[in-house]
Amino acid sequence: MTTATTHDTHHEEHRRGLMRWITTTNHKDIGTLYLLLSLLMFMVGGAMAMVIRAELFEPGLQFVEPQFFNSMTTMHALIMIFGAVMPAFVGLANWLIPMMIGAPDMALPRLNNWSFWILPFAFTILLSTLFMDGGAPAGGWTMYPPLVMQTGNAFPFLIFAVHLMGISSIMGAINVIVTIVNMRAPGMTMMKMPLFVWTWLITAYLLIATMPVLAGAVTMLLTDRFFDTSFFNAAGGGDPVMYQHIFWFFGHPEVYILILPAFGIVSQIIPTFSRKPLFGYSSMVYATASIAFLSFIVWAHHMFTVGMPLTGELFFMYATMLIAVPTGVKVFNWVSTMWRGAMTFETPMLFALGFVVMFTIGGFSGLMLAMAPVDFQYHDTYFVVAHFHYVLVTGAVFAIMGATYFWLPKWTGHMYNEKLGKLHFWLSTISVNVLFFPQHFLGLAGMPRRIPDYSVQFAGFNEISSIGGFAFGLTQLLFVYIVFKTIAGGEKATDQVWEGAYGLEWTLSSPPPYHSFSIAPDVK
Amino acid sequence: MSEAAHGSYYVPHGTHWPIVGSIGLTTLLVGVANFLNGLSVGTTMMAIGLAIVIFMMFGWFGQVIRESESGTYNDQVDRSFRWGMGWFIFSEVMFFAAFFGALFYARIYSVPWLGGGDPGTNEFLWSGFEAMWPTNGPGDIGGKFETIGAWGIPAINTLLLLSSGVTVTFAHWALKKNQRMPLVLWLLATVALGFTFLALQITEYTHAYHELNLTLGSGIYGSTFFMLTGFHGFHVTVGAIMLTVIMLRSLKGHFTPDHHFAFEGVAWYWHFVDVVWLGLFIFVYIL
Amino acid sequence: MLVNKIKRTLTAAAAMTALLGATNAAADYALNLTTGVTPISREAHTLHMLILEVCIGIGVVVFGAMFISIVRHRKSRGVQPAQFHESTAVEILWTVVPFLILVGMAIPATKALVAMEDTSDADISIKVTGYQWRWGYDYVDSGISFISSLATPKDQIYNKAEKGEHYLLEVDKPVVVPVNKKVRLLITANDVIHAWWVPQLGMKKDAIPGYINEMWFKIDKEGTYRGQCAELCGKDHGFMPIVVVAKNEADYAQWVAEQKGTASAEKQAAQRTWSKDELVARGETVYNTSCAACHQANGEGVSGAFPALKGSAIATGPVADHLALVMHGKPGTAMAAFANQLSDVELAAVVTFERNAWGNNVGDLVQPSDVKAAR
Ligand code: HEA
Ligand code: HEA
Ligand code: HEC
Ligand code: CUA
Ligand SMILES: [Cu+2]
Repeated sequence: MTTATTHDTHHEEHRRGLMRWITTTNHKDIGTLYLLLSLLMFMVGGAMAMVIRAELFEPGLQFVEPQFFNSMTTMHALIMIFGAVMPAFVGLANWLIPMMIGAPDMALPRLNNWSFWILPFAFTILLSTLFMDGGAPAGGWTMYPPLVMQTGNAFPFLIFAVHLMGISSIMGAINVIVTIVNMRAPGMTMMKMPLFVWTWLITAYLLIATMPVLAGAVTMLLTDRFFDTSFFNAAGGGDPVMYQHIFWFFGHPEVYILILPAFGIVSQIIPTFSRKPLFGYSSMVYATASIAFLSFIVWAHHMFTVGMPLTGELFFMYATMLIAVPTGVKVFNWVSTMWRGAMTFETPMLFALGFVVMFTIGGFSGLMLAMAPVDFQYHDTYFVVAHFHYVLVTGAVFAIMGATYFWLPKWTGHMYNEKLGKLHFWLSTISVNVLFFPQHFLGLAGMPRRIPDYSVQFAGFNEISSIGGFAFGLTQLLFVYIVFKTIAGGEKATDQVWEGAYGLEWTLSSPPPYHSFSIAPDVK
Repeated sequence: MSEAAHGSYYVPHGTHWPIVGSIGLTTLLVGVANFLNGLSVGTTMMAIGLAIVIFMMFGWFGQVIRESESGTYNDQVDRSFRWGMGWFIFSEVMFFAAFFGALFYARIYSVPWLGGGDPGTNEFLWSGFEAMWPTNGPGDIGGKFETIGAWGIPAINTLLLLSSGVTVTFAHWALKKNQRMPLVLWLLATVALGFTFLALQITEYTHAYHELNLTLGSGIYGSTFFMLTGFHGFHVTVGAIMLTVIMLRSLKGHFTPDHHFAFEGVAWYWHFVDVVWLGLFIFVYIL
Repeated sequence: MLVNKIKRTLTAAAAMTALLGATNAAADYALNLTTGVTPISREAHTLHMLILEVCIGIGVVVFGAMFISIVRHRKSRGVQPAQFHESTAVEILWTVVPFLILVGMAIPATKALVAMEDTSDADISIKVTGYQWRWGYDYVDSGISFISSLATPKDQIYNKAEKGEHYLLEVDKPVVVPVNKKVRLLITANDVIHAWWVPQLGMKKDAIPGYINEMWFKIDKEGTYRGQCAELCGKDHGFMPIVVVAKNEADYAQWVAEQKGTASAEKQAAQRTWSKDELVARGETVYNTSCAACHQANGEGVSGAFPALKGSAIATGPVADHLALVMHGKPGTAMAAFANQLSDVELAAVVTFERNAWGNNVGDLVQPSDVKAAR
């Protein structure tokens, strides 16, 4: 079998200019688009975070009005989650999954194009709400009714933006699943797949199971506001808390959607730079599956204070605590992979190590939050904010940055500047801890989240946190510089790139051919 | 899977339909949003958006049909479509699950709480409200209403949908034996059953609105009732249209006994709609 | 470099544990969870410390192993990588051990939770209602009822005046409760979800419109305890504090008597006819505490969110419509029903004020008796 795809005789020929990117069905092009959108959204969401941190630098109202502050918090979270982290993971999936399993492309290339090209429209709609009468949504990213009903003209736009993001995610997830089950090269059995592929497969299931539920929840918001329904209105027999149940049935699996691919990335990086196979491959797979399963039965740990019956609180507390077990297995396996390896510390490895340490810190605070009787104290304070930024920023975002350094030479054919990469890591790590660690103290001392102003006792730590925030934000400009510099040129990368690299993607040239594996590779 | 199959996997070369779809969908949704906000441009935008979306569907599906008929898709591509359709239907199931969840939550949990509950919600806030089902809540939202009994039209509708599940299977058997005429006729029967269902459903809705005072605004009962049956009805409509397309394609001689994913995909979808109805019949109408 | 980092983390962690352990209740408030003044809050604190220590312990083991590996198993020291990559025994071990640790933590947590949720046999019950953005308190047994709003002046918030000691944590009328009595709160809300939380009482509960939630506390030390609304409830979510004053039996009884006195004075005031100036003056105060958050002190509202009352059709139109709107609110919008929040006098005053302020020179006035009739 030597011929390429039937129609694909004019191999490298494709449209040029803007139309190439708009009409592309190529997994690498689409991956690039996703990654660039993600970077842009990270900047936008980050700029909003800077507004938050500037306002919180000192007590008193300095720069923005409370309503606008709440809009910033809300939009920051929506943009970071749906615009930065999720598209980054989908972009990585697009680039890597076909190369890792020996496929020519994604299974459903046209659908792939559409799942990307919905997003710019969705975010244009979302961002346009900033200029609407009544301001951008300001009810928190969780969009709890009845408060969210008080949104001005932005309300239906918010709902439809969420619908569009949901459609995009579902199509993307279907594509990932189909590609993985149907496009593996001969010999690439499930239990030979790289962990990144495994974690994405499971993530895709989470997406398909939960995004429609979110769509349902926001649809009910829409009809409650415009079509007289009473889902969340007590006078009509509904219940505002019902929204929270439906939302968190989506929302909790969502946070694992934001971390499982990161687990996969770290599981690729650590063995490479330890020059030793991943410890406990199969237990890693089972642990991921267990986390995914458990994620469906813990949602109400976000709602311990809504007045659930005691038995409900106990159930959700126990189930939540259980998640620490499979997550622990993963952490222990990573450490065991390093154990007695021969480690080197290039930038991707630094990010992976940073991930292991700081994600675990975030996990620990998560476990503390899981204890219902103490969560009554922690809930809706900066302790929660500290928790989720440790898992999201030093977890998900650090993994994405590690992945970028790890595969960028493969994608572009150029080596990035190692010195600058290391500098980026150290500046980020130091500043991010200055940014988020003090927030634990703030939360414990009683500072509620989502407030534009606070009493004077919280001034000190907020100041430190804001300084860390600005430093972390500025450091990310360095990241942007490094990435674009590498795309533009630089030292030629070898095909294998890293001494310890293993897996199909490293057998391709750097940069890889337009169609990854027109001829199925041999998998031992 | 053989290496040959692998190498000839069809990867289309660029497509403009998705961007057309995105523009259409965005125009449509922005139009609806403006309409809801009371802006007059809304309706025009909606119409334009909808037209673009329909244009996109014709174009995109037409292209896929042409490619399919010209034999571009090998077995592996066919499998991709099957997996894709399967998981798409699963996502639809989860969408309905959200609304069923709302129904169960209200019936089992929130309405009883409003009508008493340990802390005395009805003592302090809704004195005199007693938990029962159906209800439009302690605020008597929408005024008194009556419900639709299960054993009238809904039962007939159940029979219609169940038999349409059978007829579509007969059509499939006919297709597998390459008996074109029975194929078309069974499909016709299925489509007819589907549209009859819809017609009856519309009569029911009219009845509910005009005589029973049961509306979307009838508290939690009206909300769950109309949203569940309404979304189901929408899916029946989509399914019936898709079946019609399949029927027309069968008339044109499309599909072969061993290569007819489109037919099967639509049949699956129809069965899914069927099963959702059974759930509705039991939990919305009977119980 | 990484070595240094880990060293730093460990020293910091050690220093922190020492800090947390050594300092007394008052001083560690700023760094750590308060021990508070109720049995429940102490329970929460104990559990918090337990799980924190367990986490730090596990952290030391895990990061320690990683640290050793990073130092000793690095390529620059010329090591050859081992090739082992599996061991069912250790996998089972590190599944079971964490599980047992978790069981160990779940047991005391369960006990604490059961105690916290037991609201039976309360000595007094107070119904707490969250409004945008103030708290209403109704003493179920003694009939005392009042609204408690932020007392911090705007000038402090906008940095035009020096911030006071209790900046943002002070109210015009605190909730007063007796010490050593089991106080049960019946919590609800009028418009959107709020949450009632005073850290030193160890409990937080959401206030859900249309539903009643319960929580309880038993304070064992006289004093003033401050907290805040803990659920995002709109623009002034950060400005709806809670102040609880715990008094001994005698002082509490005296406070109750005083409140009853004020209530009957207010009742009497509602009987008589008020002059326009009196109404406008009183109305301005009511307006500034209850309405200005949305409609703004200058009556111009916020475009797109809160309508201007200056020149508004309702505030210059028929009196009855205006009064009805304020009393019953507008369902589905942020405009709440004020009939239960404000007294007859206050309602009469605020409507009169609105009709005669900012150039709305309608000239007419509403008497408390009119409000009474409209109820
Ligand atoms: C990537 C995202 C992510 C991840 C991975 C997690 C992981 C976890 N989260 Fe987190 N969480 C969020 C994102 C995330 N969370 C967000 C965004 C919110 C706030 C949403 C909002 O309100 O806006 C939130 C809020 C949140 C709450 C609600 C708090 C509140 O509002 O009151 C709770 C409560 O239980 C919780 C718990 C947990 C737990 C138990 C884990 C566990 O998965 C952690 C497991 C990991 C470990 C425990 C560490 C490693 C394990 C070992 C080394 C083994 C041994 C350990 C022991 C036996 C102790 N999270
Ligand atoms: C993946 C998700 C994600 C990510 C990456 C981040 C990243 C950051 N977050 Fe975010 N955050 C959330 C998810 C996330 N957050 C969520 C879910 C909430 C809850 C929302 C809610 O309550 O509803 C939240 C809430 C939240 C709050 C609480 C707000 C409140 O309760 O009122 C704060 C406050 O400090 C904060 C800060 C930050 C900061 C400083 C960063 C930084 O890491 C950002 C760094 C990046 C940049 C700064 C961009 C790059 C640089 C430039 C564009 C150059 C310009 C730079 C300068 C001018 C210095 N976030
Ligand atoms: C939480 C915010 C909020 C508070 C507090 C508030 N209002 Fe309103 N008010 C609104 C909103 C929103 C509307 C618009 C309702 C609508 O959509 O018609 C409104 C409308 C009104 C109107 C009708 C204006 C018009 O021309 O349509 C009057 C009069 C009014 N409020 C008076 C008051 C008074 C008096 C108070 C205090 C006792 C008060 N409001 C407190 C939010 C508020
Ligand atoms: Cu009330 Cu926040
Ligand atoms: Cu969660």
